[in-house]
Formats: sequence, C-alpha cells, structure tokens
Amino acid sequence: MTVRIPRIAPSEITPPETYFNRRAFLAGALAASAGAALGRAGAAVVPAAAGAPLVYSYDAADSVGALVHAPGQDEKPNSWEQITHYNNYYEFGTSKSDPSEYAGQLQTRPWNIAVGGEAEVTGSFPLEKFLNPYALEERIYRFRCVEAWSMVIPWVGFPLAQLLKQFKPTSRAKYVAFETLYRPSQMPGQRVPILQWPYREGLRIDEAMNPLAFMVVGLYGRVLPNQNGAPLRLIVPWKYGFKSIKAIVRILFTETQPLTTWSQAAPNEYGFYANVNPHVPHPRWSQATERRIGAPLFHERQATLMFNGYAKEVAYLYKGMNLHTYF
Amino acid sequence: MTSPAAARPKPFLGLTVERRYRLIYKPVVFLASLMPLAWMACSLFGWLGFTPPVDVVKFLELRCGKTALNFIMLTLMVTPVRQLARLPNLLRLRRMLGLFAFFYATLHFTVYLLLDVDLDWHQVAADILKRPYITIGFTALVLLIPLALTSTNRMMRRLGRRWSRLHRLVYLIAVLGVWHFYWQEKIDVREPLVYAGLLLVLFGYRWVRSPNMWAVLAPGSTRPAAAVRRLARVAASSALRPPV
Ligand code: HEM
Repeated sequence: MTVRIPRIAPSEITPPETYFNRRAFLAGALAASAGAALGRAGAAVVPAAAGAPLVYSYDAADSVGALVHAPGQDEKPNSWEQITHYNNYYEFGTSKSDPSEYAGQLQTRPWNIAVGGEAEVTGSFPLEKFLNPYALEERIYRFRCVEAWSMVIPWVGFPLAQLLKQFKPTSRAKYVAFETLYRPSQMPGQRVPILQWPYREGLRIDEAMNPLAFMVVGLYGRVLPNQNGAPLRLIVPWKYGFKSIKAIVRILFTETQPLTTWSQAAPNEYGFYANVNPHVPHPRWSQATERRIGAPLFHERQATLMFNGYAKEVAYLYKGMNLHTYF
Repeated sequence: MTSPAAARPKPFLGLTVERRYRLIYKPVVFLASLMPLAWMACSLFGWLGFTPPVDVVKFLELRCGKTALNFIMLTLMVTPVRQLARLPNLLRLRRMLGLFAFFYATLHFTVYLLLDVDLDWHQVAADILKRPYITIGFTALVLLIPLALTSTNRMMRRLGRRWSRLHRLVYLIAVLGVWHFYWQEKIDVREPLVYAGLLLVLFGYRWVRSPNMWAVLAPGSTRPAAAVRRLARVAASSALRPPV
C-alpha cells in the first residue's frame, strides 16, 4: 500500500511576502546560532526559548505540504496570534486564554523522553539527543477541534513514522501510547482533578505509520510556544484535536489498546479513534459543520469534511470498521 | 400635634422614595446593567486598551448567555435581600433586572443565530429538536417572552393575581438556564454547579420563609414533627412495596 501525499508548494497557501522573507532571515540565524546544530544536512533544532526563531533547513522541493485543498474553503493559515492565544490545554486551565497566560512558567529544558515497551530500542533520552536523527519540515494542516471550531496551522516537525523506525517496535507492538508531563507546580490545571492526570493518548501502529502523523517542535518557523505543547507534541490532522497530545515525556509501545484521557473521562462522548467525522455527532452537538476561526464574521461556518479532508490519505486505515461504533 | 409625615424616614436629598428611585437609583442600575454590553463592545473593537478575543463569536455568545443568567439570579435575589436588609423598596428595581435578563438572552440567541450558525435555519431547527441543551435554552427563552410582555403596569393591573402566578415561571426559567449552562460544558462543570448551588440557596430561602413550609414536604402537616412522621410513613410504605 502506498499513500500519496499531494505536494503543494507553500507559496500557494501562505502569504509569500511575510513568509519567505522570514525564511531568508532564519537561514542567517542558523549560521549565527550558538546552539548545537543537529541532524542531517543542516537540519537543526536549537534548544532555545519558546517563540525564538526555529532553525531548520527548508527546501520547498523537499517539503511535503500536506494541505489538501477543498474547493470553496478558505485555507489561509491562521495568524500566529490566533494559534497561540486560543488553546485547549487543560494542564494550564480550562479557558481558551489560560494556556497563553500561564504556560510561560513551564520549564521545557532540561527535558527527557522515555521510550519503552515492545520495541528494540528503549531508554530515556534528553530532548536534543532524541531529536537528533530527524530532518525538520513544514506541514500546513487543518486542525479540527471536537468543539466544532477549526484552524489552519503551519507546523514544523518530522513524521511520526520516522520516529517509529528509530525505535523499531516489535511485531507485538500494536499501539503506541503517549504521555504528557505531570508537573503540577508548573502546570496549575493539574492541581484540579478535571481529567485524570497525566494526559494520555495513543494510536494504532498503522495509524502512527501513516505519513500524515507528525511530531511537532515548531510553529510558523519558530520554536513551539509552551501553550501549543512545547517542546514536543503530536499532530494527527485527521483526528479531533484532543488526540494531538502535548508536552510529551513518555512513549510506550503496547500490545493492547492504551487508555486515553478523554475516553476515560466520558466514554460515551469521546472514543479512542476520534476521527473527524461529520456523520457521527457528539452526543450533545453536531459535528457536521465547523467554525473556521478568523473567517469573515458572518461566514465562519463551513462543512466538516470526512477525516478532516484527509480521506484520500487515511481512509484505508478504517476499511470495514463501523465508524459509529469505533468513534 | 405630630403629622403622619414626620413618622416616615427623612427624605434623602429632599426627595421622596419614589423620586429617589426614579431620578437616581433606577438610572444608576440601568447604566450598570449596560456595562456587560459596553465591555463586550470594548473587547470587540479594542477600545480602552481591551484586546479583541481570538474567537469573537464564542466570546459574544458565551458572555451574553452568562449575563442573561446573571440577571435572572439577580432578579431572584431581590426578595431575600429586601427582606433581610429591610429595604422593601428594592422591589422597584426588580422589573428592570428581569427585563435585562430578557435583553441579554435575546442578544445571546441573536449571536447564535447570526454569527454562530450563520442564519442556517435547518441547523437551528435541528439544534432545537436534537440537542437537549439547546432545547432547554430555547424553552427558557420562549418562557421569558410572556414575562417580558406582561411587565407593564397596565398588564400587572389587568392580570391581578394571575400576574404573580404567571411570573412564578421565573423559577422554572432559572432552573432551565442553569441546566442549559451545565449541559453545554465539555467537562468542567464547576461554574454551573456554583450557579446550581446559589439557586438552591435562593429556593431554600423561600421555602424556609413560606408560612406552610412543612406542607410542601408532606401535604396536610403544619409542624415539622408531623411532616417528618408523614414522610417516614410514605418512605416506609414505598420501601416495603415489592418492585413492580
Ligand atoms: C434559543 C435559545 C438559546 C440558544 C439557541 C442557546 C445556545 C447556546 C449556545 C450555542 C451556547 C454555547 C455552547 C458552547 O459553545 O459551549 C450557549 C451557552 C450558554 N447559554 Fe444559551 N442558548 C439559549 C438560551 C439561553 C438562555 C435563555 C440562557 C439564560 C437564561 C442561556 C444561558 C447560557 C449560558 C450561561 C451559557 C454558557 C456561557 C459560558 O459558558 O460562559 N442560554 N447557549
């Protein structure tokens, strides 16, 4: 089976004047940066403060711009301001503005990531070493929240499939599970038992191997801000946003389906799969449409697409499954 | 010889109670009641150093809904406050508070209609029929309409005792409003629970003050001991009854 990802030059999507000028600037920053240059062929992550320019090699010809254009939809990326000031990140509070207000206190260095379970390579790795093998690229993805709003976001990161290849899950590994940092001293929301902390998420291995599943370290060419899940988060663009776990500290390969936070909290409302699906409503609201944040005020609503518009790329994963049962 | 007027409290600023309310208190409360609207406008347009919210639509929708519920709570607080603080004339402000509840609820619905669902009547109909939290909110809004329409002096006079019976609907509206608030939350229901608690206190106050509070629990009994006995008897008989 092969999955073809449409290659779309970012120039089609992003306002070029604002974007490419900054890229030129970033290339200069790479030379000047004091941080260890890591990775292949100039690809690099600088262990810098959140929001600082992220230094990565960018080659439009080499990039996978996995944004599927859907006719009649406004697919301009949301602004930095919108993406960084409208967040669901209950570790910092349940209001959309809490993360941008309180995530600054989170210390993201030093940061360790533990990998365990059914894999040939396991252990605990400092972030810098953990990220070493990967070349960074940009992906402009739609982001659809289970609350029926959406954005378009230019992430920087590397495919989850590459990570899996590094750690070589064994044939017994059927799932990959992720865990968020548990540090109530810096994550005030964790002092309130709204959800069972730490936050947990997971994917089936074949979902994780899909080229669209993405590990993210940056946003708009900058180091990922804390409120967006720094230093390392997952993005699964065909699933509701809560699957895309933030501030990852643990990765576990398992034989059985891992527990996931939202399906634990309300099993009848949030499933393990959580695929974007306009035909399966949330028990309390419809998922048929969504409001695109930042769209013209009287025309924010648009139709929600099956698998968030990525059906061509991911539908094979769910062939023969009843998506009403496995929601 | 003392005139009857001398027994009354001294007029404040030389104004009678009626004029004080008409010229000072009511305009002040009216302007204060517009502050949530002013705040929304400042946020929306970035006036006075406010930053516009990222999600303008949700901001307006949630603010209006919350403000409507706040005014319903304020309306229900008038009776206990005027009794406990011995300020009987506070009653003169209640109609305005109730009408502001209706105003913000209408605004809430308007934002939903124009900005949230973009005037998609199919979605509105589907929401009202299929989404229980919206069914409940809609019911509350519909029930507010007759109360607003009968709030004039003329209607009060015309309806007489039926007026106060009609306006007891506000208790149901308050319950529906809090329920709607509770059901639209994704998971964090702390705030709606605070409102539910406040509502319980407000209802409890009225129950305790009602002349026949025990009769509410067990019809026919006027003293606590009798009510408890009757309740115990009912409970025992239903517990002993075999399940159907
Ligand atoms: C036709 C009538 C109504 C409709 C269609 C409606 C619809 C809505 C919607 C769509 C939300 C937002 C849910 C979300 O996205 O999280 C909401 C929230 C809310 N509504 Fe309503 N509503 C109605 C009537 C009312 C009434 C009459 C009240 C008050 C008495 C009310 C009070 C609230 C409150 C307090 C919230 C939550 C605000 C917050 O979370 O801060 N609604 N309503």
